[in-house]
Amino acid sequence: MLMKEKMPLTPVTPVPAEPAAIAAGAHRKESSTAEVKSGSESARSERAEPLVDVSNQVNIEDSWAEKIDPAREPKMSANGVSVFYGSKQALKDVSIRIYDDLVTAFIGPSGCGKSTFLRCLNRMNDTIPSAKVNGRIELDGEDINASEMDVVQLRARVGMVFQKPNPFPKSIFENVAYGPRIHGLAQSKAELEQIVEKSLKRAGLWEEVKDRLAESGTALSGGQQQRLCIARAIAVDPEVILMDEPCSALDPIATAKIEELIHELRGRYAIAIVTHNMQQAARVSQRTAFFHLGELVEYGRTSEIFTNPRERRTTDYITGRYG
Amino acid sequence: MQQASRHTLKAFDEDIERLRALISQMGGLAEHAIGEAMRCLIQRDSAAAEKVIADDKKLDALEVETERRAVQLIALRAPMAGDLRDVVAALKISGVVERIGDYAKNIAKRVPLLESAGKIEPMSLLPEMARIATGMVHDVLDAFVERDSDAAIRVCQRDDAVDDFYDSIFRTLLTHMMENPHNIGQATHLLFVAKNLERVGDHATNIAEMVYYAATGQHMADRPGKSPK
Repeated sequence: MLMKEKMPLTPVTPVPAEPAAIAAGAHRKESSTAEVKSGSESARSERAEPLVDVSNQVNIEDSWAEKIDPAREPKMSANGVSVFYGSKQALKDVSIRIYDDLVTAFIGPSGCGKSTFLRCLNRMNDTIPSAKVNGRIELDGEDINASEMDVVQLRARVGMVFQKPNPFPKSIFENVAYGPRIHGLAQSKAELEQIVEKSLKRAGLWEEVKDRLAESGTALSGGQQQRLCIARAIAVDPEVILMDEPCSALDPIATAKIEELIHELRGRYAIAIVTHNMQQAARVSQRTAFFHLGELVEYGRTSEIFTNPRERRTTDYITGRYG
Repeated sequence: MQQASRHTLKAFDEDIERLRALISQMGGLAEHAIGEAMRCLIQRDSAAAEKVIADDKKLDALEVETERRAVQLIALRAPMAGDLRDVVAALKISGVVERIGDYAKNIAKRVPLLESAGKIEPMSLLPEMARIATGMVHDVLDAFVERDSDAAIRVCQRDDAVDDFYDSIFRTLLTHMMENPHNIGQATHLLFVAKNLERVGDHATNIAEMVYYAATGQHMADRPGKSPK
């Protein structure tokens, strides 16, 4: 589309100028992200390597496009999971993998099974007498529904944060200290205090409550209560944190703080979050699973799901054409 | 991904339709401007060329309006998937169409400069070249409105014809200049006209790529079944 090489009678060759200009532009762009603006053009030209990359390759770093090594073991995996409440089937043959350095979001309309599935991951459905779970769910390759699995231990390893903040009617300190104490994670009072401080810091609450640890947890604001619940979940040093609509009772500022917290916690814990807010799923997750009528319709990179979903049902839902 | 059904929120559909209508309107104006500038050039109509130049302001204003509406739509409706790709494409396409309008204006500006000159041969090739280039603009904007990725591919395939015209006109004008240096001024203007038309074809191709991505979510270069170059 640019001038063609077959130019007649032109001793000055305009052709090489074009790719050079393009490549130089690409080079500048790359350097601005990689090495910041410290290197001026003159400092740059002192370097031995050629200024212009003639390989015509543009490397684009996409922070949203983490690749999963296919050989890597997921933190949790579900294979063919179905859930029945009495005779009603709430979840149909769901298989999914959750990785420990990614946030996985479950989205879908009400009644689609996303919360039901989340609750399978730490056997919260055991508490519902009519619920029956089929299929295999593994944590680090172990079957969590096996008879030798201690469900109390399981829930310590797979923590949960609920829609409505539910601190114990005890002091802020006791809310966080309770789990480590009953699981025997602290040998001394000092160690327990350390765990409480570390957990509150990780939950981004320490600065706000450090001078009033003896006050009741229920006296905090909604957003602070939710972060207290996250601190409580973190305190027992879990491997996975499940969040069931953790922000739906919070105002936008408290929501932003929780989202920032999720971002901070990513990498330390595997995180799965159920949300009705698609923007939130888009903001906090790297993988998104869309559920509809008990089926897992589509699972993939969040950036793909929200820009180019493959399934018609996903498209209709995320673009607001559902129902 | 096909998107036949309507949004639950009807105002969303109306906003997107309005954006599409703006792009169509811009395309119509740009296409007309190129055609009219070429007519003025051939018929030595400097008075009408003035109007082509003045009318370019309409395109500029429509581009601003498209940008305003697209930004508003992103802020207020949070479009996703195909909707988002459509809005981003509309934003980009409006900039390109505005540029096509600038080429028309540039051609129109050369009309009075060529008024006194005698006719030289390549003049006869330019209208046909313009016809193909504006046809590409017309069809690619139809493809955008219809979300028709196949039509977008067909538009791209026509760009070679425009490029061939350009090469041919380039060679002919060069010959004229060498034969008679008196022709250099006139021939240079005509060369710029041909170059402008060649750029219009390129821009139509770029729009086709945007339309393809908006409609399919894939880049045209990565499309299935495409023969590697």
